[in-house]
Amino acid sequence: MARDPSTLRYAETHEWVDVQEEGGDKFATIGISAFAVEQLNDLVYMDLPEVGRTLEVGEEFGEVESVKAVSPLYSPVAGEVVAVHTDLPDNLDNLNDDAFDFGWILKVKLSADLPDSLMDYAAYQKQCSEAG
Amino acid sequence: MVPFAGYEMPIQYEGIVAEHQACRTKAALFDVSHMGRLRFDGDHAAEFLDHVLTRRVTDMVPGQVRYGMVCNAEGGVLDDVLVSFLQTPSERRFHLLVVNASNREKILKWFEPHLADFPTVTMSDRTELTAMIAIQGPMAIEVCKKLFSIDPSRLKNYNAFITDQFKKPVIVSRTGYTGEDGLELIVRAEEAHRVWENVLLAGREAGFVPAGLGARDTLRMEAGMPLYGHELDETIDPITAGLKFGCNLKDRHFIGEEALRAVAEQGPTRRRIGLLPTGKRPAREGCDVLSADGEKIGQVTSGGPSPTLGVPIAMATIDAKHAKDASFQIDIRGKTTDALPTKLPFYKRPPAAS
Repeated sequence: MARDPSTLRYAETHEWVDVQEEGGDKFATIGISAFAVEQLNDLVYMDLPEVGRTLEVGEEFGEVESVKAVSPLYSPVAGEVVAVHTDLPDNLDNLNDDAFDFGWILKVKLSADLPDSLMDYAAYQKQCSEAG
Repeated sequence: MVPFAGYEMPIQYEGIVAEHQACRTKAALFDVSHMGRLRFDGDHAAEFLDHVLTRRVTDMVPGQVRYGMVCNAEGGVLDDVLVSFLQTPSERRFHLLVVNASNREKILKWFEPHLADFPTVTMSDRTELTAMIAIQGPMAIEVCKKLFSIDPSRLKNYNAFITDQFKKPVIVSRTGYTGEDGLELIVRAEEAHRVWENVLLAGREAGFVPAGLGARDTLRMEAGMPLYGHELDETIDPITAGLKFGCNLKDRHFIGEEALRAVAEQGPTRRRIGLLPTGKRPAREGCDVLSADGEKIGQVTSGGPSPTLGVPIAMATIDAKHAKDASFQIDIRGKTTDALPTKLPFYKRPPAAS
């Protein structure tokens, strides 16, 4: 089930969010966009949060590091971390080709609605092209 | 592009790792025009430079290049520099000092009062009239053999000459900041674009690529070379920084000499060391270095992933008492990581197959 980037929501800080309902609860799968991966270039390290940790909107949950610099990762949603993609830090190269499927970083059980500040695909594309 | 010491410079062209690897296996081209270039003419120019540098200048013969430091009276490093003694085809001789871009203004100011004691010496800032291009990598010399009127493979390491390309003068020196063999060219600013394109074209088949500041930093780190503002600043002396080879203390008098002699006799209280953090997470500048039992003993001055070794590397300045410790820890933004000491440089180029 390949994820379609045009159906996802995006944070200004380049995280993508995919919300699914399972058994009455809402879960958000989160990653970083292909645009962000390309901008960062040469990724060498990723730090993941612990399962069970509670995150607020905008809270730093980890970091991704390229050859040149460290970039914090911010939670676009509020909730509890229920899963992290432990295979990802050892396979960061795969992010280049697959930011939206293999590139998922964590799954959060939502404790609140998605913040209004999240952008749809068109708005995010616009932000990226302006950042050019 | 990022602003850097008044210049707009690229962090990368294609990507730091690709540019880094091209330099280690073929060659890379760096626009280093931001580096300051100061020319000294007139009688006693060598004596003046000898007075302000940690390295002996008075015995240099035309064609030689030396690495040294400009220190204040306390031995603190104001800059690290390359001094060349050059001779024009018309047999005019002069000295050229290549200084760090960020220190150029400071050094010009620092020299002024000392120049007053040497009235025959004139200093001219050639930085904006000229451009500087570094060609670094195992293929650099071979590809550049026919680019100038004189074949640069005749140059020994740390030697330089003035030649020409299409009748335009070029200073060619066998120096660099990557740990690879290679050349650094100084040309008139208006010739820079042509020379750059010319070298890229000549090296196209050999795989030459342009490289930015990012690769320049990872390459010099692997080569264990200091960068001003990181390993060096006014609070550290050259001996503590592990650069005693850039100081001649015997039978000389220069600014900072007494302070350096004292450090050399008593031994430095801090040391620069190489560290290999375990795991994949690079330690960056400013991370605290701890002894094996958790005592804070110093700081990382430069650190990052090593594209050649495939692991993180770091240089640190630590308390000299711990310089021989078998293991360390680094506090990487709140998480403690074990680190093993290693000899500098992290990377040494294989001997040339000749």
